[in-house]
Amino acid sequence: MSIPILMPALSPTMEEGTLAKWLVKEGQSVKAGDVIAEIETDKATMEVEAVDEGVVARLLVAEGTEGVKVNTPIAELEGEGAAVAAPPKAGPVAAAMPAAPRAAAAPALAPQSKGDAATPSDEIPPGTAMQDQTVREALRDAMAEEMRRDNAVFLMGEEVGQYQGAYKISQGLLEEFGPKRVIDTPITEQGFAGLGVGASFAGLKPIVEFMTWNFAMQAIDQIVNSAAKTLYMAGGQMGSPIVFRGPNGAAARVAAQHSQNYAAWYAHVPGLKVVAPYFAADAKGLLKAAIRDPNPVIFLENEIVYGKTFPVPVMDDFVLPIGKARVVKPGTDITLVSFSVSMGLIIEAAAELAKDGIDAEIIDLRSLRPLDTATVIASVKKTNRLVVVEEGWPICSISSEIAAQVQGEAFDWLDAPVMRVTGKDVPMPYAANLEKLALPSLDDVMAAARAALYR
Amino acid sequence: MSKTASNAALLIQFYRDMLLIRRFEERAGQLYGMGLIGGFCHLYIGQEAVVVGMQAAIEPGDQVITAYRDHGHMLAAGMEPDGVMAELTGRSGGYSRGKGGSMHMFSREKNFYGGHGIVGAQVPLGTGLAFANRYRGNDRVCLTYFGDGAANQGQVYESFNMAAVWKLPVVYVIENNQYAMGTAIQRSTSETHLHKRGVSFNIPGEEVDGMDVEAVFAAGRKAVEHCRRGEGPYILEMKTYRYRGHSMSDPAKYRSKEEVQEMREKHDPIEGLRARMLAAGAIDEAGLKAIDKEIKDVVAQSAEFAQMSPEPDPKELWTDVYA
Ligand SMILES: Cc1ncc(C[n+]2csc(CCOP(=O)(O)OP(=O)(O)O)c2C)c(N)n1
Ligand SMILES: [Mg+2]
Repeated sequence: MSIPILMPALSPTMEEGTLAKWLVKEGQSVKAGDVIAEIETDKATMEVEAVDEGVVARLLVAEGTEGVKVNTPIAELEGEGAAVAAPPKAGPVAAAMPAAPRAAAAPALAPQSKGDAATPSDEIPPGTAMQDQTVREALRDAMAEEMRRDNAVFLMGEEVGQYQGAYKISQGLLEEFGPKRVIDTPITEQGFAGLGVGASFAGLKPIVEFMTWNFAMQAIDQIVNSAAKTLYMAGGQMGSPIVFRGPNGAAARVAAQHSQNYAAWYAHVPGLKVVAPYFAADAKGLLKAAIRDPNPVIFLENEIVYGKTFPVPVMDDFVLPIGKARVVKPGTDITLVSFSVSMGLIIEAAAELAKDGIDAEIIDLRSLRPLDTATVIASVKKTNRLVVVEEGWPICSISSEIAAQVQGEAFDWLDAPVMRVTGKDVPMPYAANLEKLALPSLDDVMAAARAALYR
Repeated sequence: MSKTASNAALLIQFYRDMLLIRRFEERAGQLYGMGLIGGFCHLYIGQEAVVVGMQAAIEPGDQVITAYRDHGHMLAAGMEPDGVMAELTGRSGGYSRGKGGSMHMFSREKNFYGGHGIVGAQVPLGTGLAFANRYRGNDRVCLTYFGDGAANQGQVYESFNMAAVWKLPVVYVIENNQYAMGTAIQRSTSETHLHKRGVSFNIPGEEVDGMDVEAVFAAGRKAVEHCRRGEGPYILEMKTYRYRGHSMSDPAKYRSKEEVQEMREKHDPIEGLRARMLAAGAIDEAGLKAIDKEIKDVVAQSAEFAQMSPEPDPKELWTDVYA
């Protein structure tokens, strides 16, 4: 009986990978546990083990092939009927297969991810060369440049050094800057966050990485009570020039305790600045600004966004101002506002609306505190309709704040109620179908836009 | 049943229970590769002797709580492989009806209190379960498991202090598998002999060979009896090892292949027990074969169930937010 060996999923967000190397040949016998191939994901090179005994009958995918989708047959094994590697039986929900809930969004984004829409035009001198980079690389470069520029800057967090970052953001930094400045910590978030704040009181400029923001709840007292309030409590004598950064919000199927979105939580706190970029250039320019800022800055990244590629200006020192939104695409009929991963949704929605002849203005908030309501209000005065989209929970959210400010300052310009699209008001479920329902979708955004347009 | 470790029936039970976890985890790894399990999935392969020995040392009604590397704990606690596997695939037949996933499963019936994703958070929770025992005046004991990495979290020591002051019946089972994700214990931890971590709280602790189920069982009984007698908490440091990466997406480049190979070949808890049973005449090859077959079938059935069980009803999104 021949058993197909399928391209395995090797991480929560993996949809495809590169078949880097075959470690077996056709005709070779293998037993369960033998390493048969090496596969590169966006994060790492992983070894694939045989799950059955048998003889490798055929290798179906050549070494070096990129973009091999999860579950594609990559080889065939002749063996005695171990049912294990047989393709899954078509149960009631066979379609649940490589269930990454955002997968649908990714391809639709690709055309948008390059070119004009992604280029922060007025912030980059005309004629500047652009280079395609992933958000992951842009963040790394921002840290490296600031560490070269200022000896007081150092990076600290779980697995940032030898492991090169749990999400590979700090790749290469230990090699360049050494263990004095790229520091692996124990799993003690409250301890190292507080230590970082103390070091910042003494004039150092720590970048504290949280493996994800979910774990920063262990440390939120130090962030709010120590970092955010000291300048005020000390009558301006001393403050905390520190950056707290890491991935925020849902990844894929990591369930309730690992999927929370903290945008509104930190945006609530006077004394903190909060940044949540989507595009790679913004990630770079704003992280550099955050590191130089004399205040504590909360830098919210996103795991789904890390692997996206966008143009980044080739400049010696590209720094963007914190607190300024950006009109990604001007439009006249409706304003779509979002930040971080949900930018993908409004960019897609604008493309859908364009098919119906509706010209949407797209705004990327980029910073959540200070919140650039002026840019949003100016847009509403032009389009008279507003949809705000975010992944987090609806109650006391970024979108509720924007709705409040817009009704206060542009009430007479609104032709429809401000529409909000948010994550559902529940903890994140694990099941693929429920997770999809819990997150804001393109359908949700389109429904909100149509409601605002009365169409 | 008189629980003496020399009892052949008990050894066979240990073997069966450890093998179930091993085969279950291997199958879970396969289903992950096929995209049927998503998110984080932390396998327990290599550490089986710890939960099997400890579970045998407690009585029905005693409680268990642990972190996200929890499949083995649930199976050892008597939870159904079908329900655990179906939770891994996020289906309605799972213990949390698909809403919790690999890291978050619970069983009131089996006194298994999760299944927690935040490193260290289960330690005060387990201490609280022990507090409830004391409050009620029953003689129940809570097993609170955590890793070598978790042993650096502050709330562990806040718990130790309260447990010692109030003489709470909790056994802290530290599963020292020597790595916290990619961090070897020596790189993160000033006192690597974790059983000494209770010294300044006057909590007795001992180091146990966590690759030897009989040693675990013996140490477990002693610790549990200490708690049951009302003498307060106890720390067991289980020296153990995980064979696989931290989670499915960990390439595990931080340790050598030889290191892993050495543990597998010389210290495997299942192979070790198997050899001892054969040598002692507790079982013969045919008997072992029959167990292997039985376990294989149970696991195959659980995988089948986990794929056939339907996804949760969309209405479930909104249930269980409030009681
Ligand atoms: C508070 C917190 N910080 C970080 C993480 C990410 N994380 C998950 S498991 C883990 C390593 C824990 O190691 P250990 O306690 O030794 O347990 P093991 O995984 O070895 O069983 C880390 C850092 C987390 N889940 N929670
Ligand atoms: Mg560990």
